[in-house]
Amino acid sequence: MAWFKRQRQNITTETPPKDNLPDGLWEKCPQCGEIMHKKQVETNLWTCIKCNNHFRIGSAEYFAILIDEGTFKEYDKKMRSADPLKFEDTKKYTQRIENTIKATGLLDAVRTGTGKLMGRDVVIGCMDFKFIGGSMGSVVGEKLARATHRALKGKMPLIIISSSGGARMMEGALSLMQMAKTSARLAQLADAKIPFISVLTDPTTGGTTASYAMLGDVIIAEPNALIGFAGPRVIKQTIGRDLPEGFQRAEFVLDHGFVDTISHRKELKQTISNFLDFLQVKKG
Amino acid sequence: MAKTILDFEKPIIELEEKLAEMKRASDGLEIDGEIAVIETKVRQLKENIYHSLTRWQKVQLARHPDRPYTLDYIYNITDNFVEMHGDRNFGDDKAVVCGLAKIGDFKVMIIGQQKGRDTKSNLYRNFGMPNPEGYRKALRLMKLAEKFGLPVVTLLDTPGAFPGLEAEERGQAEAIARNLLEMARLKVPIVVVIIGEGASGGALGMGVGDRILMLENAWYSVISPESCSSILWRSWDFKEQAAEALKLTAEDLLPLKVIDRIIPEPLGGAHKDHTKMAEILKSALLEELANLVKIKPDKLVDARIEKFAGIGEYQE
Repeated sequence: MAWFKRQRQNITTETPPKDNLPDGLWEKCPQCGEIMHKKQVETNLWTCIKCNNHFRIGSAEYFAILIDEGTFKEYDKKMRSADPLKFEDTKKYTQRIENTIKATGLLDAVRTGTGKLMGRDVVIGCMDFKFIGGSMGSVVGEKLARATHRALKGKMPLIIISSSGGARMMEGALSLMQMAKTSARLAQLADAKIPFISVLTDPTTGGTTASYAMLGDVIIAEPNALIGFAGPRVIKQTIGRDLPEGFQRAEFVLDHGFVDTISHRKELKQTISNFLDFLQVKKG
Repeated sequence: MAKTILDFEKPIIELEEKLAEMKRASDGLEIDGEIAVIETKVRQLKENIYHSLTRWQKVQLARHPDRPYTLDYIYNITDNFVEMHGDRNFGDDKAVVCGLAKIGDFKVMIIGQQKGRDTKSNLYRNFGMPNPEGYRKALRLMKLAEKFGLPVVTLLDTPGAFPGLEAEERGQAEAIARNLLEMARLKVPIVVVIIGEGASGGALGMGVGDRILMLENAWYSVISPESCSSILWRSWDFKEQAAEALKLTAEDLLPLKVIDRIIPEPLGGAHKDHTKMAEILKSALLEELANLVKIKPDKLVDARIEKFAGIGEYQE
């Protein structure tokens, strides 16, 4: 391919790398390279205006997208990690938590609360991938279990938006037990015939997928989100060959029968509302 | 019986060999006193070594190739075992063994993850790593047990759920998740025993129950020490440290309420005496079942859900 490339240095013109744009006013789509103004990205709900790539966003953005303005009330705002195992790898777990809290302004990898979705009362939880890879430890498990319990007591539909690498290693078996804890509470919700809508965003893997994320009455995925149990790298090592194109992406998972529908972020609120219209809680 | 000798067992084996040699040569010699001294030494050495095992050494014992597996317990503990195959949907997972059996006077559904002992049987059993149809077979038979009011006993011993391409296509995550939910509300008693390796979601997918028992030298955690080392230390060389950090032994997990009871093993580990180990486990199971069958199904389910809802530590 050498003949397409200029060989001599003095002919090429220096162009500054485009991802170093001033003041964070501009954003570049990591998929197609389109440069967009921040405002443009925001009004497009953090998706690319050109290729529809869905950027990773957090709980603040999802609550803004899904919950009617001014109706959100957060639960368990002050809950944060303990260090039950006194865990230390290359860094102390307590230090890792401190640093992440400082860097993200969040206390852990999930926020929960109640609010209205197109006028309907719902309980909602949303994970934050930027908090230690959205990993589930005791705090995530407890907040989601409580949210589920509140949905049960208040007879309100439950919505959980997942974005997580799985269970958190630094709390060992306690993290593992959060899978059982959240699933046990969801069993009660199911027995009470209260709808649970699970939204899978990029990425949803490991213990998160293998518990509440896959237990929705309705499972909605965002386009191209990575969804699976084992990570692609581990699978590749196990089978010793390359993975097919699109493996474990939302479309692949839908083709194999494990999600109900894929929804563009701009339609997500309407999609959820439509489902809730059919799956109503019987009062009394 | 032990064919595989772990590093920390070597001093014991050497001393035992020396003792055997002395006994052979003792005819007509006046060395009974010396033999007695060495016998005491062997006993002390064993006590010292086996009562101060590091977490990594316990992981090694849990993986000992001579350790009793699910089918060994089934043969030694139960009567009238009838194996039942298949998930009625895709196939029969050989990494999971299920069937009806009697433990003493109790008729139960017994379910366990099964490893192989040599290359051939390990390939047949997929090294004890279940595929989605394994979890679904287990669930199908738990539902059968529920229908006919039979308690369920599960034996956990897996290095993890199989991380393969087809396993993903057939919904490994969904299969495990479904079991967690259904086991939480199953209206018959469930006794879970971690007999060897309890690796993460792969083990937990058959591990929700009323009473969680764990063998003294088994391990149970969110990830194996090797994988933990590779992710957090970015190298495979820190498995000992990872095992320490993960607090994955029965002794660690009892105060964290992850398990309810530790089942002692014969000195040196379950592999030293399969029959004795089975006897110890059988009497524990009989005790647990006797207590659980007295509880009404609804109360049992409520207590089970609250038990799991109560696990975890956080600050508010």
